[in-house]
Amino acid sequence: MAIRIGDQPYEGRVKAGVDNTFMREAVSSAQGRFRSGKQKSSEELGNWEDWRTLGEEIRSHTLENIDYYLHQLSDKVEERGGHVYFAETAEEANTYIQGIVKKKNAKKVVKSKSMVTEEIGLNEALEEAGTEIVETDLGEWILQMDEDPPSHIVTPALHKNKEQIRDSFRDKKGYEKTDKPEELAAFARQELRKDFLSADVGITGCNFAVAESGAVTLVTNEGNARLVTSLPDTQVSVMGMERLVPTWEDLEVLVGLLTRSAVGQNLTSYVTSIIGSKLEEEVDGPEEYHLVIVDNGRSKILGTEFQSALHCIRCAACINVCPVYRHVGGHAYGSVYPGPIGAVLTPLLDGYEDHKELPYASSLCAACTEACPVKIPLHEHLIRHRQIIVEEEKKSPQTEKIMMKGFAKWASSPAAYKLSEKMARTSLKPWTKEETIEKGPGPLKGWTDVRDFPAPAEQSFRKWFKDRKKGEDS
Amino acid sequence: MKVSLFITCLSDLITPKVGQHTVELLEKAGCDVDFPESQTCCGQPAFNSGYLQEAKQAMKQTIRAFQHADYVVGPSGSCVGMLKEYPKAFEEERAWYVEAKKLAAKSYEVTDFLVNVLNVTDTGSTFKGTVTYHPSCHMTRVLGVKEAPRKLLENVKGAEVIDLPEAEDCCGFGGTFAVKNSVISGEMVKEKSRHVSETKAEYLVGGDMGCLLNIEGRMRREGKNVKVVHITEILNAQEG
Ligand code: SF4
Repeated sequence: MAIRIGDQPYEGRVKAGVDNTFMREAVSSAQGRFRSGKQKSSEELGNWEDWRTLGEEIRSHTLENIDYYLHQLSDKVEERGGHVYFAETAEEANTYIQGIVKKKNAKKVVKSKSMVTEEIGLNEALEEAGTEIVETDLGEWILQMDEDPPSHIVTPALHKNKEQIRDSFRDKKGYEKTDKPEELAAFARQELRKDFLSADVGITGCNFAVAESGAVTLVTNEGNARLVTSLPDTQVSVMGMERLVPTWEDLEVLVGLLTRSAVGQNLTSYVTSIIGSKLEEEVDGPEEYHLVIVDNGRSKILGTEFQSALHCIRCAACINVCPVYRHVGGHAYGSVYPGPIGAVLTPLLDGYEDHKELPYASSLCAACTEACPVKIPLHEHLIRHRQIIVEEEKKSPQTEKIMMKGFAKWASSPAAYKLSEKMARTSLKPWTKEETIEKGPGPLKGWTDVRDFPAPAEQSFRKWFKDRKKGEDS
Repeated sequence: MKVSLFITCLSDLITPKVGQHTVELLEKAGCDVDFPESQTCCGQPAFNSGYLQEAKQAMKQTIRAFQHADYVVGPSGSCVGMLKEYPKAFEEERAWYVEAKKLAAKSYEVTDFLVNVLNVTDTGSTFKGTVTYHPSCHMTRVLGVKEAPRKLLENVKGAEVIDLPEAEDCCGFGGTFAVKNSVISGEMVKEKSRHVSETKAEYLVGGDMGCLLNIEGRMRREGKNVKVVHITEILNAQEG
């Protein structure tokens, strides 16, 4: 799997999402929980807008000076005995990590949740090389079992309910108990423990790498990342090149924004940092540590009007408030990054060709922009994408182009506009019944597929105003 | 005070009543209302669809139409929000940028104008019935007008205002989105219709005709008989 998931066309994905009642119920209730949790914890903190401003400042400062901080980070990691590899592409990253696994003759790799490894398709690459990969985040473990892609960037199995999970456990792992979350989780812990103890290599992602210290920091609730980072002797951290903060102090601000925005928690159960490998004077630590910094299209975004998309801290707040996501679910986006941030980021990383519908999968309601803890103007980015699709990529439908040309003529000429005062009503006459259009022609069809449209008024406002003025004057 | 009405093409051609109520409301508040005849559409349908060049032609027409206005007031949070976007769109065209900035600075959504410029919080209207208010996305989140419409509604005699559940969730209109992504838009408006029904209010009121036509159209299709009214109609209503 790489950034693109499945090869079904957009309309089919949307339909599959809308028709999936189970999934929609699961998504809608999760959104409700996340939203109220976020609201409560941000209110408790107080001055939320100020925190957002601070978060935005830290992120934009970091991205403005990303080369400096990447250097600093690499130096620190190397000082602490780690190896740093800068991968320009997904292939480079995968090949490098395959190399480590081969060199170690590793039979089993344990992993904690990492979106960037989904993006580059690391699991497939390692499996091809004959290694067993075990995802240890509960959600990812379930998905791996079902060979299902993630549908959410924080809770990847959000689209599944507990009955479905129980069935998968039963069919694939011989589980015999009920669908109680506690029992399901206990079973997963028991199974996973064996894998933790027998794994040769641990691979983790990165929420934030602290440049001043070289500490790659992971924010989790299950504690699996702590086990992944502490048991196997060989450790690999994989990070998107933008996922860094200058200082520990900045980390504190961003972790606070992240946990509140993501799950409504003041802090998650675990915040784990891993720095380099075991030094001589130390009693414990990994024998070998690698930090893989992934570009994969990110540096192309630097310096463009989309730079702020790289400020994202992957909290999913935008996804949790998105009404489009609520009704179609994550898989409809056809990308490992769904929702508003996915619609912004995916075309940037993977091109417009396969993702040209995504920027239009939004009513531009701006709930995402309002929710984002680092103030990324998501809906404005979507409009800008649309402009590029129309004006540079020239990928918009022919009929739409003609209509928009007509629109421009109409709206820039008061005379043409005036003509439409009467014409609108007359031309829709054949479809009008009792002042209502139930089945409209042409572009109106999309509208009337789901709702009625009113007949244009007999007399326009401007006519009324003119007549009234005449009355006053005479 | 001289005020130029920005009718919006939708209200001009489809729901002219909204304009009539807006004019009367503003006059009652002591304004001298004129209507620049050369106004057409603010360009939002093209702008939001990615047709910046086409949108700009409409935008330039709008700038020309209101060049001599002191205040520009319109009965739509979304369209007024669009006027506020003009300067950004003309950043590279100096002369138009200056004009766009002037227009953005003097433009107001009507409830915002009443409350925050004219200091009117009670329009003296009477409207009997239970109403629920849908705060449209662009009005609340793009334009930032949240309190003004509520304040005005609260002071309408006879009207009982019932809270709409998940009020700030989008109704699924989104301009061309309703046509281009009609399946998703349809699911969104069904949800909104459900929430409106839950309130059991007789009237659904809002400040944007696009959203209201969307919700009304869906509720009619479902055979529901909620009456949908633009906020200016309630604020301008007299006993009866
Ligand atoms: S875009 Fe903003 S809200 Fe969405 S995931 Fe990223 S940081 Fe969170």
